[in-house]
Amino acid sequence: MINNILNTGFPPGLIFIIGAIFIPLFKGKWKSALMLMLPILAFMSLMRMPEGSNWMVKFMDYDLILGQVDRLSLPFGYIFTIISFIAVIFALQVEDDIQHVAGFVYAGSALGVTFAGDLFSLYIFWEFMAIGSTFLILARRTKASQSAAFRYIMIHVVGGLFLLAGIILYINETGSMKIVNMSLNSLSTWLIFIGIAVNAAIPPLHPWLKDAYPEATVTGAVFLSAFTTKSAVYVMARTFPGTELLIWLGAFMTILPVFYAEIENDIRRVLGYSLINQVGFMMCGVGIGTQLAINGTVAHAFSHILYKALLFMAAGSVLHVTGKIKCTEIGGLYRTMPLTCMFCLIGAASISAFPLFSGFVSKSMIISAAGDGHLVYIWLMLQFASAGVIAHAGIKVPYFTFFGHDSGIRAKEPPLNMLIAMGIAAFLCIFIGVFPQALYNILPYPVDYIPYTSAHVVGQLQLLMFGIFAFYLLLQSGYYPAEIRAINIDTDWFYRKPLRTLELGIAKILNGLNQSLDQLIVKDFTGYVNRFALEPVSNLTKFILSPIVRKDKYEEVIAPALRNGTSPIGVYAAFAGLFIVVLYVMF
Amino acid sequence: MEEEKGEVSENKTNLFDNPKNVKRLLTVFFTSLLILFMIDFFIHKHGHFEWENWPGFYAVFGFVACVIVIFTAKLLRVFSKRDERYYD
Repeated sequence: MINNILNTGFPPGLIFIIGAIFIPLFKGKWKSALMLMLPILAFMSLMRMPEGSNWMVKFMDYDLILGQVDRLSLPFGYIFTIISFIAVIFALQVEDDIQHVAGFVYAGSALGVTFAGDLFSLYIFWEFMAIGSTFLILARRTKASQSAAFRYIMIHVVGGLFLLAGIILYINETGSMKIVNMSLNSLSTWLIFIGIAVNAAIPPLHPWLKDAYPEATVTGAVFLSAFTTKSAVYVMARTFPGTELLIWLGAFMTILPVFYAEIENDIRRVLGYSLINQVGFMMCGVGIGTQLAINGTVAHAFSHILYKALLFMAAGSVLHVTGKIKCTEIGGLYRTMPLTCMFCLIGAASISAFPLFSGFVSKSMIISAAGDGHLVYIWLMLQFASAGVIAHAGIKVPYFTFFGHDSGIRAKEPPLNMLIAMGIAAFLCIFIGVFPQALYNILPYPVDYIPYTSAHVVGQLQLLMFGIFAFYLLLQSGYYPAEIRAINIDTDWFYRKPLRTLELGIAKILNGLNQSLDQLIVKDFTGYVNRFALEPVSNLTKFILSPIVRKDKYEEVIAPALRNGTSPIGVYAAFAGLFIVVLYVMF
Repeated sequence: MEEEKGEVSENKTNLFDNPKNVKRLLTVFFTSLLILFMIDFFIHKHGHFEWENWPGFYAVFGFVACVIVIFTAKLLRVFSKRDERYYD
């Protein structure tokens, strides 16, 4: 075992999950040290793991593979450990062990999914991920977060069941649990596809994301923004690359959330929609499936995790110090939070894919791959969505938070550790943008893509700057949708309204049935049996005599006689005889 | 009291409370738009599609796309807007 660890490292996911158990045992500085050590240990272990199938465990008749290391899983492993490190720094001041433990279990499970070489261990880690993440929402401890967490776990349990059913059917069909390329040609692969699509938030299965993430804790949302969707992107890239359906779903997925993000009031919900939009680019890349597209997908997942976490951290910082995060309640915060504002702007520039920022070197690979394949409509949709990104994430988020109307709030910068976490993420966003080769070197396939051509830089700058120009003109002329306190219904309406009415209706029917059966059986019937059994002889006599003796006569003469034992012996003898006859007949 | 504090810090750091600074920013912005538009005529391009080589294509595309996004969002709001306590 020791040899094994030295040679092949220890599964990084298990380092997180086992380490999480020890977090509540430590206090103060030691706890912080342990939490910071875990991602470092996991990263070191990751460096030791050789490519191939490591950490095989025998389970019944199957070989479970906990360390499927190759050039597709490694970049996800790197970024998952890096973002865990950043998110932990951001969360250091939180005095709530539940959040820390849940964060590590969640991140560890995402790593487990990434390095799972078989469908069974993939499924186990998949479900652990759902559980860990739910606690990050519950830990906000508000009524809204409790019900959002409930909806969140229900959706993921259902998604998990699709996955499980698909996996069982698949193993039944093929006799193998190995994770390989699949195609949508049987029920089993369709079920697996839907299971992954739920976690990837592919419309119409997307609303859980924008529903739950804004209700999570300040620090929990940073974890959430990184793992569930991106591990689904990874699994999709491993199982369904080149699936044409994904191209269209992905392109649609980039566009739909843009409109919602534009009119959403809660900044973290805007970021949730923008997350769906960005994962759309990745899904499209998986669907295109060429080497350039897969490279682009992985690169974009890598840079996306950093800038999306950065944006969630900036928004979270605002929520942390002001207690507010709605457009209508905040604004003008650059005055007292210049550093947070700057980090938010770096995140916004990265997600908008400005040259010298990370999104520029990764997203363009996917769009380029669409161009290489002469997918005219897809290319137009992706470019349209790119312009949409500048409108909602690039401008709206920083503008309405830090500029715009002055809310009068003069909040201080968040604690130092939060600033450091944002600083690291911001640094990496720019580093990747300036030195894309560092990212390109770890991608699955050799890269001969050059992001910095004059045509690309100028074209992208035009797209973005004239997008901002449009935003500016519409804002000035009053055509821009006003900030208002309202929510917008999305496909979650179907399970939050009619389904809820149905649930209430069914509850009414079933409760009514329950009540009347309770009345009939528990109260009436047993009561009758009880009353009968109290005086069986008297009651039976009454029954038998009922044709000959009138009721009032019976109550007057026979009942007292039976009660006092002054009735003829023969009555008892007759019943004893009857009893024997009954026993004889029955047995 | 708190407002006073706010005003003190405003005088020190608040960049955009001074209309001059806003004007400067806008001047830089409009100039860069102009430069970006002009420079496009002198760049050698070989895009995936023919229209990518048209000068100013991306400028027009970006502008129109953002206008469409914002107006579609406005339209969407007509159907999707509900009271904040709609689901409670």
